[in-house]
Amino acid sequence: MSAALAKYAEAFAAAEAAPGSPAWLAELRKAAHAEFNSIGFPTTRNENWHYTSVTPIAERTFRPLKGAQSSAAIGGLIERAVGDASWARAVFLNGQFEPSHSSLASLGRGVRVSTLTAALAEQPDFVSAHLGKLAAWNAQAFTAFNTAFVQDGLVVRVARGVKAEMPLHVLHLVDKQAAGCMIHPRLLVVLEPSAELTVVESYISERGVEYFTNGVGEATLGDGARFYHCKVQRESREAFHVGTLQATQGRDSLFHSFSYASGGALSRTNTYTRLAGQGAEVRLNGLYLIDGAQHADHQTIVEHIAPGCASRELYKGILDGESHGVFNGKVYVEPEAQQTDGKQTNHALLLSPTARVDTKPQLEIFADDVKCTHGATVGRLDDIALFYLKSRGMGADHARAVLTYAFAAEVLETVELDELRDGLEKIAFERFTRA
Amino acid sequence: MSSPIDTLVNREYQYGFVTEVQSDTLAPGLNEDVIRLISSKKQEPEWLLDWRLKAYRRWLTMTEPHWGNVKFDPIDYQAQRYYSAPTSVKPKQSLDEVDPELLDTYKKLGISLTEQKLLAGVAVDAVFDSVSVGTTMKEELSRYGIIFCSFNEAVHNHPDLVQKYLGSVVPYSDNFFAALNSAVFGDGSFCYVPKGVHCPIELSTYFRINAAETGQFERTLIVADEGSYVSYLEGCTAPKRSTHQLHAAIVEIVALDNAQVKYSTVQNWYAGDKDGRGGIFNFVTKRAKAFANAKVSWTQVETGSAITWKYPSVILQGDNSTGEFYSVAVTNHKQQADTGTKMIHRGRNTKSTIISKGISAGDSQNSYRGRVQVLPRAEGARNYTQCDSMLIGNRCGAHTFPYIEVANNSSTTEHEASTSKIGEDQIFYCKARGLNAEHAISLIVSGFCKEVFKELPMEFALEAQALLGITLEGSVG
Repeated sequence: MSAALAKYAEAFAAAEAAPGSPAWLAELRKAAHAEFNSIGFPTTRNENWHYTSVTPIAERTFRPLKGAQSSAAIGGLIERAVGDASWARAVFLNGQFEPSHSSLASLGRGVRVSTLTAALAEQPDFVSAHLGKLAAWNAQAFTAFNTAFVQDGLVVRVARGVKAEMPLHVLHLVDKQAAGCMIHPRLLVVLEPSAELTVVESYISERGVEYFTNGVGEATLGDGARFYHCKVQRESREAFHVGTLQATQGRDSLFHSFSYASGGALSRTNTYTRLAGQGAEVRLNGLYLIDGAQHADHQTIVEHIAPGCASRELYKGILDGESHGVFNGKVYVEPEAQQTDGKQTNHALLLSPTARVDTKPQLEIFADDVKCTHGATVGRLDDIALFYLKSRGMGADHARAVLTYAFAAEVLETVELDELRDGLEKIAFERFTRA
Repeated sequence: MSSPIDTLVNREYQYGFVTEVQSDTLAPGLNEDVIRLISSKKQEPEWLLDWRLKAYRRWLTMTEPHWGNVKFDPIDYQAQRYYSAPTSVKPKQSLDEVDPELLDTYKKLGISLTEQKLLAGVAVDAVFDSVSVGTTMKEELSRYGIIFCSFNEAVHNHPDLVQKYLGSVVPYSDNFFAALNSAVFGDGSFCYVPKGVHCPIELSTYFRINAAETGQFERTLIVADEGSYVSYLEGCTAPKRSTHQLHAAIVEIVALDNAQVKYSTVQNWYAGDKDGRGGIFNFVTKRAKAFANAKVSWTQVETGSAITWKYPSVILQGDNSTGEFYSVAVTNHKQQADTGTKMIHRGRNTKSTIISKGISAGDSQNSYRGRVQVLPRAEGARNYTQCDSMLIGNRCGAHTFPYIEVANNSSTTEHEASTSKIGEDQIFYCKARGLNAEHAISLIVSGFCKEVFKELPMEFALEAQALLGITLEGSVG
């Protein structure tokens, strides 16, 4: 066992001694911790981590966060989140729920939102039936890590046929108290048949704080359910971030996930879904904007299990400085999944000569009646387009900014929520037009 | 869609016969003494033996790679024979002295060594198990200063060239199978085209495995000096046997400044029977290094072998060099193929094109695996990749694993891939025009592969089309 794993084992033993969680959860944590110890942190020899070295995470030892206080910083952090103040809101500061800044009542009848801690007390059977059932804590190191150390999170349940009245905004805020700490948030979403829900997760932290966020989400979509998920990761440039969302989709369901990543020294976003019911559809989109020495990695896995499902993916990256972007998209088509329609696209724009991109769009197809394509491009701005804009009287810098923004806008346009889309477009536009 | 295709698909492998010849064959097993023995049989110089031994010692520290998308049981390397040669082959004989039995073998394969000199066009080096049987048109070529001979002959007659370039593109430590080959390689072909010479005819190597339980480990080294041009063809077949046989070859190509090399392969090793018994494990390392303004083009048609593990690659070392890869890989029954290419852009303004067509039928698994790497110095590098897969039948698989690694922003890389079923409406259309199902499929598949076939030399293109038809026989029904 490495020194870091040994430290985490000590922390785990200390946490285990504390009473409070039900026996089944203690068992789950224990099993997940054993898995984490046996898998260890992935190395670049692991095909799923080929282009992302997690050494910066593995060589540090992050402490579990204890006894943090609500702070004055919280107001400023909430201000920075992109979204609308009228949305239902769940605020977590340094991993701890902040009831005074949250408002969950407005989602309407049939939508039940509570923290994981509260849900364990109020609806233990429901939680035990779903927690850890989708996310692969027995195969993925970071999912096991989260499952072993999970503190709090959010549990959302939408009843059959109910459409949530407004989006649910989950704010994961971090201030200075979290320096050197690790936070393992959890999200559990269960949509009963024909239910509909939008969740926006914003990750925001104070500048200069170095910490580790390791989130895991699980979403079950019943037949005909619709789930819109947006993740906006704008953590400090010293932060480390690993986030995994695993969904499973019933018949004719729709899952739309959008990931925006511009923060973190090293970030990895995993979005995985299983198309288990006939006619289900998934759209996975993402945009990452990085510079300096930042590293951003997106991995998607779409498993076509049932026939007649469709998947669409569009990921774009804009890289400046010496940043490093990674995309790995996998599409599996099982033998039963006939009439699969899959499309995966990945484009990266390199603004500086020292930025780097590694991309691996991969298809594994075991059924014959399918239509699957993928495309990937890497390059810089089109000289001819630049020339055209300049010939129309636009300055070189402005022309570059306009083209760069236009590149990003294509994927930002896929965000359904007007307030979020407008907000992100504004951030992107300012980023590229600032002097 | 039925019986005509069934008969077509289940057609027998027509090169599966065995030639009865007296052979000098080593007992199974591998150790340093075996390597010394192979080297002494070939009367090799000390430096080459040392090189083999270094490779062997390195090999012992390596493990069999299983990262490919192919499944096979670990190979017992001690159960293989590492040398087998017909006793009738003596060093440096002329073609007229070659054992008629062997000449007959090549005749049956459609490669007539004696008549070859009458047919203008192709010079052949025929390799039978571990030795080269004969090379045609040598005198003709020597008038241009072109050296074309068996590898063993080159070691004796042109040691400086061999020593300079051997392992310069594929070092002995490159990978598990390359190390094994470097330790035990039997024979192979050597070709050197001098400065500014345009080789007037196609050069060709024909590999034949004959002996049982014998691996074939041949090695080809092609050196195209500055400003020269050569087109090289490779063919291969093996008898039908119920056990797997290992073929671990190396092809190294050096294209110096302004040189052009075109290397075409029609790979038709025995693929095993329809239940996956027997067949060749084709684990091959092929790589070229292109210096300034040089161009290397790989064209391959892969129809045979139980398992193919092969990535013909180009290191684009010099500025303005070009690499091309055109591939058709067809799998049927229980065949497995994991094949593709690597284009390593090191020089400025380097260009690469990858066109890959995979066709899977029956219970086969067909994977494209490619790497396009643009290194920081490769200003203005350009890559275009297109890989398409076609599925015939619902028990096969088609997979794509592209790795795109870009570290220079003035470069442009584009990758496109698609996977689809053979078009039923296309088959219907052809049938409505009076073609039967079998012809319809063969027409559609030819169209699908056209971009690759047009890169092949003419005789090869015809052979490839015919082979494709045979491999796919019985795949629809």
